Amino acid sequence: MKYRGKVIVTLKPGVFDPQGVTIRNALHTLSFREVEEVKAGKYLEIILESENRSQAEKRIQEMCDQLLSNPVIESYSYQLEEIKN
Amino acid sequence: MKFGIVVFPGSDCGYDCHHVLSQVLEAETVFIWHGDKNLKNCDCVVLPGGFSYGDYLRAGALARFSPVMEAVKEFAENGGLVIGICNGFQVLTEAGILPGAFLPNRGGRFICRHVYLRVENNQTPFTLLFAPGEVIKIPIAHQQGNFFIDSPHQEEVKKHIVFRYCGPQGEIDSRYNPNGSWENVAGIVSREGNILGIMPHPERAAEEILGSEDGRRVFLSVIKWWEDKKWK
Repeated sequence: MKYRGKVIVTLKPGVFDPQGVTIRNALHTLSFREVEEVKAGKYLEIILESENRSQAEKRIQEMCDQLLSNPVIESYSYQLEEIKN
Repeated sequence: MKFGIVVFPGSDCGYDCHHVLSQVLEAETVFIWHGDKNLKNCDCVVLPGGFSYGDYLRAGALARFSPVMEAVKEFAENGGLVIGICNGFQVLTEAGILPGAFLPNRGGRFICRHVYLRVENNQTPFTLLFAPGEVIKIPIAHQQGNFFIDSPHQEEVKKHIVFRYCGPQGEIDSRYNPNGSWENVAGIVSREGNILGIMPHPERAAEEILGSEDGRRVFLSVIKWWEDKKWK
């Protein structure tokens, strides 16, 4: 089975996010005054071959823990979907 | 003693380190390619600054999977001397060899300028030629130098701070913190003291013509420490 993992990596709450602050300020400059906060993160799409869904989930989690996120500063979430031919 | 400078794809400060070690200090120095699996019998390994693997994903995140890093980790765990400068420091934290992580600079910009540092601990192999509390001048050049440590580990890491960003008289104040680093941290050592991570570039401050010679003493300290150990 083929799966697509959609991984989102964000900074943990309380970790300073200068990118987010800069983007928020730019939005204010464009007169989007209602914007209170922007958080910047990373989006990664991973296509993988796996026996079944739970195996694919396990592998995606391992990838997130070992490389895709840095547990000191970041947390992650993901969605998994099966790719049908 | 022999220095080895690890070269990752994208490391661009290795030649500066090589120049200072081999030409200015006349120490035996070799390059170690990131694909090598041994450290060529070096006594001190330097992970230089630059942009290993283009800083993709996170600065330092991909370099830790280079074949040579297994050897560096083993060398470090066995008490070998390791210096990570700038991106090299980022690699050491990503590899879990030193604690903490790096965030983008508080101001969001790349900063390249001389800064003052206060020597917080001169009882390490990298600082024994400095006076305690001495103020030195060494340049920084980074975009992600904002050292972060999560609160459960702060007490422990506090004991291992070696260099802090300061004012010209050694004042520790957020005004003199260029990047937002926790506790103005510019450099730390491992618990055993054999691994140094330093964000500023001592190799860029090792000759008078470059505006400061203070960085030279980091490397001279290592050589002295090594010589003293040999006679013990």
